[in-house]
Amino acid sequence: MDGLPGLLLLADSRLPAGGHAHSGGAEEACRIGAISGPEDLARFLRGRLATAGRVAAALAWSACAAADAESAWRLLDAEADARIASPAQRLASRTQGRLLVRTAKRIWPSAALAALARAVPDGAHHPIALGVAAQAAGCTPHQAAMAAAYTSVTGAATAAVRLLGLDPVTVHRVLAELPYDSVIAEQHDWSALPAHAAPALDLLAEQHLRTEVRLFVS
Amino acid sequence: MSANHDDHHDAPDGHGRALRLGIGGPVGSGKTALTAALCRSLGPSLRLGVVTNDIYTTEDADFLRRAGVIDPDRIMAVQTGCCPHTAIRDDIAANIDAVETLEERFGPLDLVIVESGGDNLTATFSRGLADRQIFVLDVSGGDKVPRKGGPGVTSADLLVVNKTDLAPMVGADLTVMSRDAAAVREGKPVLFTSIREDRGAHSVAEWVAGIVESWRHQHSHSHL
Ligand SMILES: Nc1nc2c(ncn2[C@@H]2O[C@H](COP(=O)(O)OP(=O)(O)OP(=O)(O)O)[C@@H](O)[C@H]2O)c(=O)[nH]1
Ligand SMILES: [Mg+2]
Repeated sequence: MDGLPGLLLLADSRLPAGGHAHSGGAEEACRIGAISGPEDLARFLRGRLATAGRVAAALAWSACAAADAESAWRLLDAEADARIASPAQRLASRTQGRLLVRTAKRIWPSAALAALARAVPDGAHHPIALGVAAQAAGCTPHQAAMAAAYTSVTGAATAAVRLLGLDPVTVHRVLAELPYDSVIAEQHDWSALPAHAAPALDLLAEQHLRTEVRLFVS
Repeated sequence: MSANHDDHHDAPDGHGRALRLGIGGPVGSGKTALTAALCRSLGPSLRLGVVTNDIYTTEDADFLRRAGVIDPDRIMAVQTGCCPHTAIRDDIAANIDAVETLEERFGPLDLVIVESGGDNLTATFSRGLADRQIFVLDVSGGDKVPRKGGPGVTSADLLVVNKTDLAPMVGADLTVMSRDAAAVREGKPVLFTSIREDRGAHSVAEWVAGIVESWRHQHSHSHL
C-alpha cells in the first residue's frame, strides 16, 4: 500500500522529533501511584486512546486530507486548541508539533510543511503537524490517523517501562491488544470532529508541570 | 529545496549562526562548573547562550542562574525523559529547538554551550547538535579512566581532566592519565584543570576562544 514507509517512519519512536521526552501524563500517574503495574497501565492507555487518541486521530485525518490549505490547518489548529482544556497539555502538544514540523521538513521537504509552519508559526498542535507530515510523507488520511492513535499511547507506555521497570514484553502485549481501529473514523467536516475530554489527563498534566523532580517534559 | 529556503537554521554548513559547543562527561565531573567558568572568562568578549540537559530537576540551570555569570534568560533547560544520551545523540530535536530559540531571542550569538546530563563513557554529541565537543572527566574516577577510552574520551575535540586538586587525595597519577589520554586520542588536545582553584578555567577558555575565532572566519556571511 502506498504511504506505508511514511507511516512506519512517523510511528517509529526513533523518529528524531522530541517525542522520547514526553510521557503523556504517565510520569505523574506513576508518581502518584495511579499506575503501578501492567493492569493499571492497560487501563490508562485504553482511556488515553479512547479520548486523546480519538481526537488526535480525527485531527490528523483532517489535516492530512486538507490539500495545501493554510486556512484549513489554522482552523483545525484552533479546533485542537479548543479541545485541550489543560494549558500544560496545550503547551506539550504545541512543543511536540513544532519539533515534528522541523524534523519532517528536513526528511520530506514539501510545500505543505512550509505552509503549515507559516500558518501556525508558534508550532501547530501535534496531531495537525502529524497529519501534514503524513501528507508530505505520502500517507493516506487513514494512515495519518493510525499514526496519531498509535503515538497517543506509545510514549506513555515507554515512559512507564522506564519509570517502573515493567517487563517491556508485557507492555508491548498491552499495546498490541489496544483497539486502534475503533477510534479511527473518516472525517468530512470540521464541525463534526469528536471532542472527547479526559479531565484526569488534564489534571495529571497540570500537576506534572508543578512537580519539582521530573524526567519528562509532559 | 524551497521548503527550507526561509529557514537558515537548517543550513547544515552553519553559516550565520553561533558555534555550538557540547560539554559532556560522567556525572559530577564538573560540566556545570566548566560551563560557569567559561561564562565567567568569555562572557565579557563573546555573546553567549547556554542549554542545560538536567536529568531530574533544573538543578544545573538554577546553579548557573544563581552563579550570576550570565543573564539568566540566556539559559534554557531541556528535559530528557530518562535518557540524557538520547537527547544529545539520537533525538536532538528539543536541544536544537532550545539553541535556536536562544539565537532567535538574543542573536546573533558567538557561542552556545550545550551541557549534557551526566552520563557514562559512551555518551557523545551528535554532529547535528554540536559543532565541537568537550568531554570532562575528573581525577576521582581513578587514573585508569582515560585508558578505558570510549567515544567521548577518544574523539572529543578537547578532553578536560578536572579536579586535579583532588589527585593526591584519591591517589590519581596525573602523568599516567596524561600519557594514556595522549595515546588513545592520537594527538588531540587534553587539558588538566582545577576549577576549584581556577574559577575561570583559563586554559580551556583560551582553547574555546580559539575555536570560536576560526568558526567565525569559516562561517561568516561570505555569501552576503
Ligand atoms: N575539588 C574540586 N571540586 C570540583 C571541581 N570542579 C567542580 N567541583 C565540584 O564537583 C561537584 C560537581 O560539579 P558539577 O559542575 O555540578 O558537575 P557536573 O558534571 O555538571 O555534574 P552533573 O551535571 O550532575 O553530571 C560540585 O560540588 C563542584 O563544586 C574541582 O576542580 N575541584
Ligand atoms: Mg551539571
